Amino acid sequence: MKATVIVTLKPTVLDPQGMTIQRSVKSMGLPEVADVRQGKYFDVNLADGVSPDRGKEIVQKLAKDVLTNPVIEEFRIVWEPR
Amino acid sequence: MGAAMKFGVVIFPGSNCDHDCYYAVQSVIGKPVEFIWHQDTSLKGFDAVILPGGFSYGDYLRTGALAKFSPVMQSVKEFANKGGLVIGICNGFQILTESGLLPGALMRNVTRQYICKFLKISTETTNSPFTNQAQKGQILSIPIGHGDGNYFADPETLKRLNAEDRVAFRYHGENPNGSLESIAGILNEGRNVLGMMPHPDRSSEQILGSTDGKLIFESMVNALAGAGR
Repeated sequence: MKATVIVTLKPTVLDPQGMTIQRSVKSMGLPEVADVRQGKYFDVNLADGVSPDRGKEIVQKLAKDVLTNPVIEEFRIVWEPR
Repeated sequence: MGAAMKFGVVIFPGSNCDHDCYYAVQSVIGKPVEFIWHQDTSLKGFDAVILPGGFSYGDYLRTGALAKFSPVMQSVKEFANKGGLVIGICNGFQILTESGLLPGALMRNVTRQYICKFLKISTETTNSPFTNQAQKGQILSIPIGHGDGNYFADPETLKRLNAEDRVAFRYHGENPNGSLESIAGILNEGRNVLGMMPHPDRSSEQILGSTDGKLIFESMVNALAGAGR
């Protein structure tokens, strides 16, 4: 099983890196880019033989307890179709 | 009078202020101090634990995020829950928030720059084992050196920190990193855990430009002496 975990800052949290990218892009001549939010992306591969239910549980726990700081970030999980 | 008080300085892979803290306690304050390896699990015999600055685990994932899985951190949590004194300086503060020992998070500086310089902080409370030798409102000259010191917490947490007198330090004048309400250091509910971004370990001797940081170590000594250590 393979999953992608995408971690982003909560919408209410200021993202100085995203803002810097947006401003830079504007000065390179793309003023149409209104907003950029930076995040992180993790590919997670599970060992062979892990049941789908257990796999979902594991990736959920990994995303929640390790990959995300719940004070400032949120995540979503995308499962790769088999 | 109990046994001589003993300080411990935790070394994580990537800590780089461990020797600064050790030196400040041993040579400036004159108290026994030992290093604690991140894989150790016993804090027996220690009265105060210092989580030093640096770049634990290379700041991978998020600053302080991987250090919380070091074996020693489970012991630090138990030590803190039993009332032991724990101070996290810079990366140590980041580790304390990631571990859940302190609320909130340290985000990327709002200027996106790593900032290394002396600045002023004000002592917001003297009601703690880390600030009892300072005056309320006392301005300390103390350096920062960080890229992720921008304190963030939800409005409810901020309200609670203020209501419970748990903001230990605020930046005075200039807010260097965008921290909410200029917060530079906070205490836990039990007041025995302090996290602060500025470095008392780099400002305890005149040759380094300031001796104001010494007040924090002296407060700890005073608190421990008062508790019979």
